[in-house]
Amino acid sequence: MELADIIVKFILVVIIFAISLVIAMYSTYAERKIAAFFQDRIGPNRAGPWGLLQPLADGGKMFLKEEIIPTNASSFLFIVGPSLAIMTACIGSAVIPWGQKLTIGSHVIDLQVADINVGILYVFGVVSLGVYGVMIGGWASNNKYSLLGAVRAASQNISYEISMGLSIIALLLITGTLSLRQIAEQQHSWHWNVLSQPVGFILFLICAFAETNRTPFDLPECETELVGGYHTEYSSMKLGFYLFAEYINMFISSAVMVTLYWGAYNYPFMDWMAAHIGTNGAVILGVVLMFAKIFLFIFFFMWVRWTIPRFRYDQLMDLGWKILIPIAIANIVVTGIVITLINR
Amino acid sequence: MEPLSNKRKVVDNKPLNFWERAYLPAIVHGLAITMKHFFRKPVTIAYPEEKREFSENFRGMHSLKRDENGKERCTACGLCALSCPAEAITMTAAERQPGEEHLYREEKYAAVYEINMLRCIFCGLCEEACPKEAIYLDGDIVPSDYLRKDFIYGKDKLVESPLNP
Repeated sequence: MELADIIVKFILVVIIFAISLVIAMYSTYAERKIAAFFQDRIGPNRAGPWGLLQPLADGGKMFLKEEIIPTNASSFLFIVGPSLAIMTACIGSAVIPWGQKLTIGSHVIDLQVADINVGILYVFGVVSLGVYGVMIGGWASNNKYSLLGAVRAASQNISYEISMGLSIIALLLITGTLSLRQIAEQQHSWHWNVLSQPVGFILFLICAFAETNRTPFDLPECETELVGGYHTEYSSMKLGFYLFAEYINMFISSAVMVTLYWGAYNYPFMDWMAAHIGTNGAVILGVVLMFAKIFLFIFFFMWVRWTIPRFRYDQLMDLGWKILIPIAIANIVVTGIVITLINR
Repeated sequence: MEPLSNKRKVVDNKPLNFWERAYLPAIVHGLAITMKHFFRKPVTIAYPEEKREFSENFRGMHSLKRDENGKERCTACGLCALSCPAEAITMTAAERQPGEEHLYREEKYAAVYEINMLRCIFCGLCEEACPKEAIYLDGDIVPSDYLRKDFIYGKDKLVESPLNP
């Protein structure tokens, strides 16, 4: 790899890192604002115009709060927990293709940090690491509510990762590749995978809700039963990291869903656009549209949060094991049969 | 037992049909309902800037009235303090000196008149008790403050402003 390529990659990493942090920051604002709209309220509007400085105020508050480590907590693991949560949340964005290749002069810039051939497996690996942050934090707190929250998080993630993986297998039967770049390229123009895999998409969506611990699957941190769940004992920026990790996870899983099912950076008539406004213009439009799709998904996450009440624990397990997994397996079988019939 | 109200709903415990058990249509219905609220006008009243309209008989902050010549009506008889169930009112009486006739209507007046707004329950018994029509709860909401001592309102805050200052 040339030095220029390394510099370009480094800049790309920094940009993506900054974007995901800023999006997570403003997701907290958007969550409060959208919650207010759904409840016929106004929402934060005092800090800056329309309350736009609210995330900064919240962040400042988090940093200035007293940092408490409980006496009986395991202090090392207590700090490792949130660090792990935010770290795994941040590295998930490495394999997502944000756009086609930009050409500047003789230089071709790949708008993806790493095009590894097992991209989707990498995402799954990172996601399943994410639960360690919650588990370690909950266990190290030495508090029964935290422990209960952590145990719930672990069992929930294990249950829903199975149906998530199974829903992906049906998609992989169609794409024939694990690389996210190739999956994105295959959905050129309007050939989005959601058209051929609607059931798989709905399964993936439900599991994504469970994996990010969002309502109706927010049992690990349900305030009404477990005080705060795994982050009961946390204060200051360590709590901030947990909350932040949740929003980054939401952003990343929206990005993965868009890449896998909703055509990534592709849009109808993209060839026509490329011919009329130049290749780079079309690429940038694709990136913008990709982010627009991601924001729609983040909005959907919030919309669902303020609509659907939390599952009971046995309902959660019933849904995961008795409904989603059988549907996912049936989806694989049907997809396999259809592919065989078409290719004959 | 006789029903206490005429609102009555017959609950049927029919088992759910397939579409109800499938759960997803119900979710879509719920999402539609919340989306309707998303575009509804907010009911919030942004308090310090906007104020809710009060009813005619709203009881807010007290004011000590003056008569038509601008003299204070209160004669420090103490009936308001006596009638106050929350014991929020204290006062000290004083005798009117020659030359103060334009300030106080009668020979006796309240030199100190204090209401503790944290104790007051805004029941309005003081205005019922007053024989001189000197106190009315016709003001605004009592504003918030940081210190308890700042909620003890003296004559500077309670007495109506003069008619012709």
